[in-house]
Amino acid sequence: MDFGSTFFYKYRRFVKALKIYLLLAGPGLIVMIADNDAGGITTYAATGAKYGYNLIWFLILLGPVAYFVQEMTVRLGAVTKRGHAEAIFDAFGSFWGWFSFLDLALVNWLTIITEFIGMTAALSIFGIPPVLTVIIVSLVMMGIVFSGRYWTWEKITMVFCLINLIYIPATILVHPSVSAIIHNGFIPNFPGGFTGELFFFLMANIGTTIAPWMIFFQQSAVVDKQIKEKDIPWGKVDTVVGSVFTVVVAVFVIIVTGTLLYGQNINDAGAAILAIIPVNSYAGVLLAIGLFDAGFLGAVCIALTSSWAFGEVFGWAHSLNYKVKEAFWFYVMYFVGLITAGCVVLIPRAPLVLITLFVQVIAVTLLPAALVFLIILLNNEEIMGKYKNTLFDNIANISIVICIIILSTLFGISTLFPGILGW
Amino acid sequence: MVGGRDMVEIERIFGSRIGRVLEGLTDKIAEINQRYAEPKITMSPSVKLALLLLRLYLVFLVLLLAYKFWTMLG
Repeated sequence: MDFGSTFFYKYRRFVKALKIYLLLAGPGLIVMIADNDAGGITTYAATGAKYGYNLIWFLILLGPVAYFVQEMTVRLGAVTKRGHAEAIFDAFGSFWGWFSFLDLALVNWLTIITEFIGMTAALSIFGIPPVLTVIIVSLVMMGIVFSGRYWTWEKITMVFCLINLIYIPATILVHPSVSAIIHNGFIPNFPGGFTGELFFFLMANIGTTIAPWMIFFQQSAVVDKQIKEKDIPWGKVDTVVGSVFTVVVAVFVIIVTGTLLYGQNINDAGAAILAIIPVNSYAGVLLAIGLFDAGFLGAVCIALTSSWAFGEVFGWAHSLNYKVKEAFWFYVMYFVGLITAGCVVLIPRAPLVLITLFVQVIAVTLLPAALVFLIILLNNEEIMGKYKNTLFDNIANISIVICIIILSTLFGISTLFPGILGW
Repeated sequence: MVGGRDMVEIERIFGSRIGRVLEGLTDKIAEINQRYAEPKITMSPSVKLALLLLRLYLVFLVLLLAYKFWTMLG
């Protein structure tokens, strides 16, 4: 074949592969981008403000960590055709099933409250009162699941995922020093030495990268999308692309706050945006839109995670492919979760900071269990057949899971008892 | 104005409905417990060890939370 024919053949193959990917893309991309929720953006903003570009390398390392954990849910969902909550009940019995399910329902509901905190804070910058934000957002969130088709919901959600990339133009607007980013950000270093405070920030970033709801969400989404065993390689590609996106967004948030707020102590993303607006109003506005989008994506995905879990456990119809009257309780749980969480934010003097801390602590009780169950299930030949973990999978996943359990536990303890670990 | 007799009637209707819902929920939970009474996964020594460590870990966390609650009350 001449060069032209070879090029055309390869081009056609690439276009075909891209079309298949776009058809099967979704769960991995959405879960990873939704992982950069309001709490995640707050953590990245605080990290950038405190340590500048110096911890970018650490966030890049977290990309593969997120991929290895989430990839297991693709295989488990595609092979068993069951969500994670149902898989736990079935494999480990009702004790561990109820523990995981009730813990998930509680931590998800509390996390949705933190998403509403982020959304109301972001829109208050544009003068929109919290009541209006909660009402409009709740209506839009209801609207996007009404179609009765998983595919429609997924594509609408992917538009919101694209908006998450708004941090890239925001970064261009603040004119960061590229050489400083490369020298300080891409070479592993611990700014100011390995202090307790730095360790706390590292743990907080790990905590935002792997959350319990992500495991349940992706497995249920894989089942709802009816991904088959032969589609697993595409599911893995989807998860890789998602993990790249999540790292890119995190890095760009760090660059923005590292450029404009370096050396400052920032406690929440809203405060970071308010500090940025006087310096660069356009970047501040873009960050506010990004924070709103992050909260929105997080709330939608987390509320759906709970609805899927309720449906799996109670045996109700639980699919976005059903109309409201066909899966009444599935949609009721989704709406109730969102609306009650939104209302909590509107309660005057509600202990929102305490809720945010409580989320971190409760998540620590669920994450190790969800990860251990995942590893055990993926190693069971009766369940997984030829898709069970290989030796390499186990070495990588078990090492990651042990590190996450230790670090997230230390993070939970230091949140619960500030100063107990020497920082 | 809702009179005393009306209140009794409302309580009777809603009370019985709530009662039916709670009864239905209890039955459902019992059914779920029965369906998943026995773990289906093969309990190999490594699985048993992992579950034991998980239980100990959770007991440790519950004790920590209880201690925190106690110190907050104090």
